Amino acid sequence: MTTAETEQSLKLREQIRQILNAQGQPTVTVLSSLIAVQDSIHYLPDEAIKETATFCGSTINEVWSVASFYTNFRFTPPGEKTLDVCWGPSCHLVGAQEILNSVHLALDIAEEGESPDGKVTLKYNTCLGACAQGPVIAIDHHLIGKQTPESAAKIARELRGQSG
Amino acid sequence: MPTPFEELQTRAARRWEELTSGESAWIRVGGGTSGQAVGADKVFEALKTSVELVGVNANVSMVSAMGLMYLEPQVDVLMPNGARVFYGNVKPEDVQAIVEQHVKNGAPITDRAFAYSGGDGSGVGDLPELGSLPMVELQQRIATRNFGDTDPHDLLQYIANGGYTALNRAITEMTPEQIVDEVKASGLRGRGGAAFPAGLKWSFLAPSTAPVKYVLCNCEEGDPGAFNDKGIIENDPHTLVEGLIINGYATRSSHGYIFIRTGHELPIESARKAIAAAYEAGLLGKNILGTDFSFEMEVSLTGDSYVAGEETALMEAIEGKRSTPRFKPPFPAAAGLWQKPTNINNVKTLAYVPEIIRNGSDWFKSIGTETTSGTAIVCLSGHITYPGMYEVPMGMTIRDVLEKVGGGVSEGERIKVLQAGGPLNGLLGEDAFDTLIDFDAMSAAGASIGSGGIIVGNETTNVVDLLRTLIAFNQFESCGKCFPCRLGNTHMLEILDRMCQNKAKSADLALLERIGTSMKAGSLCGHGQLGFNPIASALKYFAEEIKSCLAGEIAPVGVFGDGTMILPTRTRP
Repeated sequence: MTTAETEQSLKLREQIRQILNAQGQPTVTVLSSLIAVQDSIHYLPDEAIKETATFCGSTINEVWSVASFYTNFRFTPPGEKTLDVCWGPSCHLVGAQEILNSVHLALDIAEEGESPDGKVTLKYNTCLGACAQGPVIAIDHHLIGKQTPESAAKIARELRGQSG
Repeated sequence: MPTPFEELQTRAARRWEELTSGESAWIRVGGGTSGQAVGADKVFEALKTSVELVGVNANVSMVSAMGLMYLEPQVDVLMPNGARVFYGNVKPEDVQAIVEQHVKNGAPITDRAFAYSGGDGSGVGDLPELGSLPMVELQQRIATRNFGDTDPHDLLQYIANGGYTALNRAITEMTPEQIVDEVKASGLRGRGGAAFPAGLKWSFLAPSTAPVKYVLCNCEEGDPGAFNDKGIIENDPHTLVEGLIINGYATRSSHGYIFIRTGHELPIESARKAIAAAYEAGLLGKNILGTDFSFEMEVSLTGDSYVAGEETALMEAIEGKRSTPRFKPPFPAAAGLWQKPTNINNVKTLAYVPEIIRNGSDWFKSIGTETTSGTAIVCLSGHITYPGMYEVPMGMTIRDVLEKVGGGVSEGERIKVLQAGGPLNGLLGEDAFDTLIDFDAMSAAGASIGSGGIIVGNETTNVVDLLRTLIAFNQFESCGKCFPCRLGNTHMLEILDRMCQNKAKSADLALLERIGTSMKAGSLCGHGQLGFNPIASALKYFAEEIKSCLAGEIAPVGVFGDGTMILPTRTRP
C-alpha cells in the first residue's frame, strides 16, 4: 500500500468514526451503524466494516455477516445517481419488464450495476411502495410513477447527461 | 385547573379553528409517497408561489393522502364559510387558475373539480358530494379516519380531531387489565396476516413483572402490492404512536419500537417527527400527562430484507443482526427482543386501538363480520380503474371491492386473476370473486387478506408468468437459514422459468408439488412454510392454463418474446 492510499484510508476511517458517533437514536447497533455509514457515504468500504466492529465491540466477521445479508448494502462506490426500477408483481403486470429493458439499453448495461460512464447505478427493486402509480422507478429514493419504456429511458439518459 | 391534556386540547381547538373557520382559505395538497410519485410536491410548491403571486389570503398545507390515488396529485380548497372543493390530477400549470378563479374570485372551477363537501347545503354547481362517490361511500374509515384532512406533521391537528383522547382516558381512568379486556372484547385480530386475536396476545405479556418489556410495531411491509402500513405512518403517524403507547400501558411495558425499512423516506420522517412531537407535548417519556406511567419510543430501521417482517427475525434486526427467524419456543412474550418479554403488532392493528378505546369494543364489534370485526384496508393496484387505498368494512365481497370501489378493469375486458395478501399468499380466479373479505372466508378460498394488497390482472395476464414473478420475489427474499426454503424457492423458480419458455418436462408439476411439501415441512417461518401457496392456489383456479403451459401450448411471453425474464441474480450468501 502506498503512503497516499494509507492517508486516504486514515481520512476515511476518521470520517466514518464521526458518522458512527453522530447516531442520534438511543439504540445503536451494528445494523444501525452500517445504515448510518451508507446513508452518508453511499457504500461500505472495508474501513466501514473495521470501524463498525471497533465501535460496536463486535468482530469483523460479525459485522460482515450483517453487511452481506441486507441487499441495500454495497461495497463499491455507486454512480453519481442511483436509479431503482421496480420489478415486483404489481409493476410487473403493468409493464416493468419493458421498463427494465429500455433502461438497460439507455444505460448500456445488461443487468444491475453501473453504467460504463459511472454516472448511474441501476438497481432492481422488489417494491418501491407506490403500487397504485405503477410502473414505478426512483432516483435516489425519490419515486416517479406511471412510467413508460420511453419515459424511463429518457430519465436514464438524462441522468447520464445525455439529452433525453 | 385544566389538566395537561385539556391544555393541549384547547391549543388544538384554536389551531383547527384558525385553519377551518378563520379569514383565510385553506388549500390542501394530498401528500404521501404515492402522491409525490406523480408530482404532488411540485404542485405544492407551485401553489405556494401562486398564492404569493396572486396575493390571496390562504394557508397552503401538504396534508395526508385521501387514498384516491388515481386522482393524485389531489388538491382541495376550503373557502372561509364555504364548501370544500376537490380537484384531481392537478398539474403545476393548473394551480394558477385554481388560485385566481377559486381562491381570489370565489368561483370554483367546477368542470375541473370532482367533488365537494360541506358548505351551506346548496352544493357547488353540478358537483357530486364527496361522500356520494361509491369509492368513498362504501368505505368506513377508522384507522384512516383523518386521511385527506390533516397535516401528519401537526400534532395539534390530530388532537383537534379527537386524537389522544383514548390515551388520556386509558391512563387516567382505566387499568391495564381493563384495556386488555376491551381490546379482547372488540374482537380485533392482528392485521399483519396471521389474524391472531390482539387482546389475547397482549394478555400474554401483561402479567410479566419484568422491569424492561418491549412492544414493537412492525412496518417492514415489503409486500409488493401493499402500502397501507407505510400509508398509515406517513399520513397519520399519531394514530399509530397513540396506539403503541396504549399497547405499552396495557401490557405494562417500558419501551416501544416502530420498525421500518431504510429508504422509505416519508414514513421514516413522519414517524420520527410524530415521536418527537409526542415527547415535546408530554405524551411520551417520563410521567405521561402527569400520571405515573412512563414510556419511551423510537424508530428502528432495518436493511432490505423481506423476512425481517417475521416477528422473531424483526427482533434480530432491531438487535442489529441478520434478520433470520428464531426457533420458538421461547415465544416473544417470554423472551423476545434482547431476551426480554416482548409483544409485536402490525401497524394497522395498533392504528385501530385509539378508536376502540374511544368508542368502545361494542362499536368496533358491530362493524364487520361475526369472526372478523372492523375493517380491511385494501390496496388496489394493477389493471384496476381506480387504484388506491380504501378502508372497507369486513364482509364486503371481493367483487364489490373490485367493481364498486375499484371501478372494474382498467384496460382489457375483464379481471382474470387477483394476487391477494402478498407474495406468500394465493392467486384467486373469477370463481372466488364472491368471497367475503374476512379472514376465515379468504383463507377458505385459498388466499388471505394478509397485507391487504390486491393486485389485479386482466385477461391478458399469463398466470405462469405471474407465478414466476412471485416465486422470484420469494427466492430473492429467502433469508437462507432453512435450506428447504432457500433451495426450494430456487428450484421452483427454475421450473417456472422452464414452463414460461415452453421447455417444461412432464414430471415438472409433480416435482413442484414435492418441493412445496418439503418447504412447508422443513422451514422455520412463514416464508418457507407458505412459499408454495401461490402455486397451490393457481392449481385450484387456473389448472387448465397450467396444463396447457406444461404441454407447450401457450406462446411464451416476456419482453424478449422467448419467455425469459429480467431478474436479479443476487442471492443471499
